[in-house]
Amino acid sequence: MNAPLSRLDRPNSYIGRAVTRPNAMRLLSGRGRFVSDLVLPRMLHAAFVRSPYAHARITGIDTAEAAAMPGVRLIATGADLAKICTPWTGTLDHFKGMKSSPQLPLPLDEVVWAGQAVVAVVADTRAAAEDAAEAVLIDFEELAVVGDIDAARAEGAERASGSIDDNICFKTLIDAGAVDEVFAGAAHVVETELRFGRHTAVTLEPRSILADYDPSERQLTVHHATQTPYQFQDLYSRHFGLAEARVRVIAPDIGGSFGMKLHVYHEDMAVVGLSILIGRPVRYVADRIEAFVSDIHARDHRVRARLATDAEGTILAMDVDDVTGVGAFSTYPRTSVVEGNQVIRLIGAPYRFANYRAGLSVVFQNKVQTSQYRAVGHPIACAVTERLVDLAAAEAGLDPFAFRAKNLISDDAYPATSATGYRFEKLSHEVCLARLKAMMDYDGLRLDQAEARTRGVHRGIGIATFVEITNPSPAFYGIGGAHISAQDGAVVKITPSGEVQCLVSVTEQGQGTETIIGQIVAEKLGVDRDRVKVITGDTDITPHGGATWACRGAGIGGETAFQAAKALKRNVLGIAAAILQARADDLDLIDGQVVEQAGGAPRMSLAEVARIAYFRSDILPPGTQAQLTVAHHFAPEGYPFAFTNGIQGCHVEVDVETGFVKVLKHWVVEDCGTIINPMLVDEQVRGGVVQGLGAALFEECLYDDNGQLTNGSLADYLVPMACEMPDIVIGHVETPTKDTELGAKGCGEAGTAAASAAALNAVNDAIAPFEAAIGRIPMTPHRILRALGRV
Amino acid sequence: MTAKVSVTLTVNGETHQGAVEPRLSLVDFLRQDLELTGSHIGCEMGACGACLVLVDDRPVHACLMFAVQAEGSTVETVEGLTERGALADLQAAFRDRNALQCGFCTPGMLASAYAILARGGVPSRDQIRDALSGNYCRCTGYEAIVDAIEATARTRAAAHAQALRPQARLPDEARP
Repeated sequence: MNAPLSRLDRPNSYIGRAVTRPNAMRLLSGRGRFVSDLVLPRMLHAAFVRSPYAHARITGIDTAEAAAMPGVRLIATGADLAKICTPWTGTLDHFKGMKSSPQLPLPLDEVVWAGQAVVAVVADTRAAAEDAAEAVLIDFEELAVVGDIDAARAEGAERASGSIDDNICFKTLIDAGAVDEVFAGAAHVVETELRFGRHTAVTLEPRSILADYDPSERQLTVHHATQTPYQFQDLYSRHFGLAEARVRVIAPDIGGSFGMKLHVYHEDMAVVGLSILIGRPVRYVADRIEAFVSDIHARDHRVRARLATDAEGTILAMDVDDVTGVGAFSTYPRTSVVEGNQVIRLIGAPYRFANYRAGLSVVFQNKVQTSQYRAVGHPIACAVTERLVDLAAAEAGLDPFAFRAKNLISDDAYPATSATGYRFEKLSHEVCLARLKAMMDYDGLRLDQAEARTRGVHRGIGIATFVEITNPSPAFYGIGGAHISAQDGAVVKITPSGEVQCLVSVTEQGQGTETIIGQIVAEKLGVDRDRVKVITGDTDITPHGGATWACRGAGIGGETAFQAAKALKRNVLGIAAAILQARADDLDLIDGQVVEQAGGAPRMSLAEVARIAYFRSDILPPGTQAQLTVAHHFAPEGYPFAFTNGIQGCHVEVDVETGFVKVLKHWVVEDCGTIINPMLVDEQVRGGVVQGLGAALFEECLYDDNGQLTNGSLADYLVPMACEMPDIVIGHVETPTKDTELGAKGCGEAGTAAASAAALNAVNDAIAPFEAAIGRIPMTPHRILRALGRV
Repeated sequence: MTAKVSVTLTVNGETHQGAVEPRLSLVDFLRQDLELTGSHIGCEMGACGACLVLVDDRPVHACLMFAVQAEGSTVETVEGLTERGALADLQAAFRDRNALQCGFCTPGMLASAYAILARGGVPSRDQIRDALSGNYCRCTGYEAIVDAIEATARTRAAAHAQALRPQARLPDEARP
């Protein structure tokens, strides 16, 4: 009871408080408004005929029988949609030499992956559309299938698409210099090859879109399960030749996104086109099999890497080669090379060394596109780095914690620049490392491990340090020519009865965007948070902005709302000062009351200020501008990214007879700067960890030699379940960024960034007594048994 | 499969009689015909649990059952359970613990949790995790959901024990 009062004891102090989400009860009551829940008058339904072949020429399409079926309203081919939609190409200008084929909603004459949509059918019901889709006849002439990434880039390889000269999408090399010389003179060199399977987002809500074109006004309204409504407003406008102000994109409740729902999908463009062609609302909701074959995949990488140290175990240099397969096109508008680019730039990021060389090859293949998915590139960079670090620690005879303590960029060395050129404002590796060691009771775990081994039980302990990219500046996409906003906007307004509405461009997919924006506005303005309503996801209502991706919701969206609320409070106090004949500087706004700053005596309520401003401006001094609505936009300046950091630990038990891995416990220490809502941060991190553990142990999109996805269902593609996942312990270090007043950085990808690397190191630690090692993710039982030499 | 047949069932306390195609799944019937969109469709093969509803008080995958199979049954969806207050404490626990993020799996989670709690007692965390093995959640990492169900079980068990306890005599000094 006698604890000193803290910041959180002030009225309206919400930043840093674990408050619940205002939208939770609505979702818990079954009152969510997902796109698939919406019904519009005269709405029609789309279904697609998809290619059964991974690579084929289209030699004929016969829609006559389908068109005659009951309820069928429209059947469209690639040629039909090409008349109203301009093609797009998934390249960015700053990736020099990058190439990709132009794309259309539906292909004209060639299919390049199994599952590619070829013909669209629109009918009165989804069932009728699917029935008719079965009656569409397409003649294909099969072509050679390019699957394996190494084969795809071999001299004289068959091409994944007829419209490209070869299968190399992009190549780049980072070379900080003298790598060969340093390796030649190093006391220890360790090397490894790691392979990362393709996996995919598996949002519980599949992709959904409802396009509604009204020809009488040339107005397009699209209800779209997306993270980035403004990006799609721009794209629909430009590619269909519509006035931007007459394209409205509404992103209501979104059932998970994880980066998957910000790319342009062919079916989405087709549905917009279908609605334009028919002048009626058209809805398309992917089923789960369609999701598996047409949602973006990610992480298909093969990385060879080596690391050199001196005799004492100080890291001297790293040398990396990453080859990644991205499908037959690069996705639009963010491209499919961002992941590989981030892999080679994030490798080694936590460590102090100068000599780095990394080559990246991005190759085309006849599979669905890969592109940005939660923690883009981070899990691969982290796994490569941390596996090498563990190998080097063993070579130098050092404990994994001791080796990292020796080599991490020290907390007093900032600002610092990585060997790959990233500039870090302030990271906290050393304090995170020490915190993790204490939280895990690392020494206790080692004793347990030794004792368990005497009983034939094989446990492993793995740790992984990470650096996460958050709050990207315009240097990320804008510089490459994409219309993807690095800024966000907020409009905060006082209603006549003194309540607050905040319209913000960052969107909500369950992270708690609405909640944290409400917390920030309420605290900064000085009102109860129940009196703040936050509105997101409608391009006709909310200001333009980048929305939610790359962990920018709190850091950029939050700062935007913070500054808007600050400006609005100045206005409120200015009006109150005019009414009270006081000085604005002597007043404050607390709990919805204008008070004397000194002493806190109440003078008038916010509601009274609003009443006078809106209804009795005649009693205000002449010329008073009663601005109770404030708009503010904010884009990051200063550092190009607000990098965050942290470390994870994983404790596993490997059954060496069956190859099964049980995750016993997982720990995370992370530093996302100012924490706005600790509960939401923790749950973002936990969810992220489970996606990373899924990648480590279960999830992989498997293809056969013909390019057919062989596990495209939730019975075959394994996603972590409650019974397979451990409790996850989370600790925080707070290093606010000085680039913003709020100081918040991102946290949504921190869990995913390092979980699979920690698990990889833990499994390798468990099987080390057998002189076995595994370098493939996911670490399936069969692969573990193969590593152990048992199959 | 497109010739309609008659079906009568009780949903959330109301009797519905209608003609449906035999191929219409129960979840499509609930979502399309009755506009009860709380139950969701995640996989259409009984793996993800987003479509779980109560049929005759037992959780059933509404994507694996045809509407015609529910003839004569009593069906409850998240909307009905909410309106009659059957989930109020559980929903509050989910909110307080942030045991949901995007909310798409949540109605199915609640149906499973309803069944777990209906068994009475306080299940272990492992038992709760086992019982949720038919529910995919891609956002939360499950821990918060386990916490919320466990907390509700404890609260209900304590209330149950309180109700069973003989009325304790108030000490004399506490008497009015």
